[in-house]
Amino acid sequence: MSRNITYREAINEALVQEMERDPSVVVLGEDNAGGAGAPGESDAWGGVLGVTKGLQPRFPDRVLDTPISESAFIGAAIGAATRGLRPVAELMFIDFMGVCLDQIFNQAAKFRYMFGGRAVTPVVIRTMYGAGLRAAAQHSQSLYPVFTSVPGLKVALPSSPYEAKGLLVQAIRDDDPVIFCEHKALYDTVGEVPAESYAIPFGEAQIVREGGDVTIVALGRMVSVAVEAADELAASGVRCEIVDPRTTSPLDEDTILESVEHTGRLVVVDEAGPRCGTAADIAALVAGKAFGALRAPVGTVTPPHTPVPFSPPLEDLYVPDATRVAAAVKSVLDWKA
Amino acid sequence: MPDTLRTPRDPATGGLDAAALLDAYRTMRTIRVFEERLHDEFATGDIPGFVHLYAGEEASAAGVCGWLDDERDVIASTHRGHGHCIAKHVDVKAMMAEIYGRATGSCHGKGGSMHIADLSRGMLGANGIVGGGPPLVCGAALASKVRGDGGVAVAFFGDGGANQGTTLESLNLATVWHLPAVFIAENNGYAEATAAEWSVGGGSVAARAAAFGMPGTTVDGFDFFAVREAAGEAIERARTGGGPSLVEVRLTRYYGHFEGDQQTYRTTEVQRARAELDCLLRFRTRVTASGDLTAAQLDAVDEEVAALIEEAVTEAKAAPLPTAADLDTDVYVTY
Repeated sequence: MSRNITYREAINEALVQEMERDPSVVVLGEDNAGGAGAPGESDAWGGVLGVTKGLQPRFPDRVLDTPISESAFIGAAIGAATRGLRPVAELMFIDFMGVCLDQIFNQAAKFRYMFGGRAVTPVVIRTMYGAGLRAAAQHSQSLYPVFTSVPGLKVALPSSPYEAKGLLVQAIRDDDPVIFCEHKALYDTVGEVPAESYAIPFGEAQIVREGGDVTIVALGRMVSVAVEAADELAASGVRCEIVDPRTTSPLDEDTILESVEHTGRLVVVDEAGPRCGTAADIAALVAGKAFGALRAPVGTVTPPHTPVPFSPPLEDLYVPDATRVAAAVKSVLDWKA
Repeated sequence: MPDTLRTPRDPATGGLDAAALLDAYRTMRTIRVFEERLHDEFATGDIPGFVHLYAGEEASAAGVCGWLDDERDVIASTHRGHGHCIAKHVDVKAMMAEIYGRATGSCHGKGGSMHIADLSRGMLGANGIVGGGPPLVCGAALASKVRGDGGVAVAFFGDGGANQGTTLESLNLATVWHLPAVFIAENNGYAEATAAEWSVGGGSVAARAAAFGMPGTTVDGFDFFAVREAAGEAIERARTGGGPSLVEVRLTRYYGHFEGDQQTYRTTEVQRARAELDCLLRFRTRVTASGDLTAAQLDAVDEEVAALIEEAVTEAKAAPLPTAADLDTDVYVTY
């Protein structure tokens, strides 16, 4: 049975169902319940944006609040994962990776390989990314390419409530460390989600829309921006095929390459930066493996190579929008050698 | 016993003359009115993003920064930084414009509430990262030590920040390098929605100082004079080559972690603090009782501050927004 729920509710539901199914799943993070040691209500926050609300009353021993000590509690989640738990730790904002990155990239990411295949570290780090909330330079970044670049980490970027639930279930059941990136501007978006539990396998892209003129690969919140642009372009007869990779590591190269073989043109839309980012990565993939199919240079739509600005008119210019995507598609279509 | 509030040696008005007392009051009053106005303005929806208000904690910023000069002394602040900025003489109108995202703001609209800075005043920035400031303060203190300019660097952090590795590493580094640094732990009882009583292992931030070989003391953050005295000793010690100190200031924030926080984790402490403990009320009572200042003098400051904040808001709202050309400027010095 499917019904319409929000991205926030979809994540919450995945956590509840996995905690019911598997007693080794524990949830921890800053104010994931909230109100620890305080005289008022317990479960006062359920996370800073309410994503984990209601979990602690239901699973009192398996939802842990933490001090503001990211190195310690992210590292502890990783350590617990090596000892049989399946922790879902919340790194409140992806920007805070700077505080605890060692535990993620030198520890969790390396164990499997460095210990000769003898370690299993089934940790999930849920983290909030993205611009649009006027949260300024240290609370708005899209840093998932950093994680994507580190071998040993898997990286999921749900673009809708359906993806959020299915990818989180997969992340929890997955035996490798997973960075689960939630776009903060998507929490209130509504979509159809099955009530029962389901997992979306990693490394399987979703073709959001079929079309023969141009392939748009879009990630996370940029999927809905690409759809908006494609709607606009459809009015002038341009048929866009939209591919949502859903995970950047592993990356479903085949679906992207097959789409480009079919359309001959590619635009990549990404909220991460233009340098060493996902757009550059996918452009390089296609240039290397589908060069013969390309009828125009690969177009990319990303923010500029700047920190995220605070002031609303600047932030609005920073984040890619449908107008910029449509312009990039037109320029790829109009290209002449 | 660091967890016991220290008793100020000078129970009167700290030896400050009338002009200095008026300055201190002006600082605290400016912070209070600035923050309460932001509380109201935020509710209208005109202020973008997130703001974290300092109201209730004024005696800390004023009591510490009153000892510092703008030229050689540096502070680093937190996400709850407006009070520290004002006490360190960052221009109030530029601050307001920044919070409104205007091109005339302290950071030309690029930083916002959480990142107000003014390096020319030794204000190294509010900070969006809990525990972001203390390492920077070690560096600022090192710079003063290397240059021999007698400067002192002060890190403000909260009970939340007290639990970050960066803060604990900085306490150690400051001792190891014998830095002219002061660590001010503003313990307002809550890291976001989590009680300090729960999250600060051992129950006292100040007690941690002993483990790092530096003096630690706890003061009543509602009492400007108590904060001033404790901070003064720490700053003097740092300035004269005595090394770092830690002062834990116990206080209460009057609003939520951020504007919009429903604060269901708290009960009646704010009402009690406002009614019985408020630092501005206590200051007023103390200085009028001692005969150092008259109520009329303080009222005049209130009027002056009200006019300043009114102008700051009016001017901020009328100020130009940044333009597209500003988006990619100032990423680098040269590129």
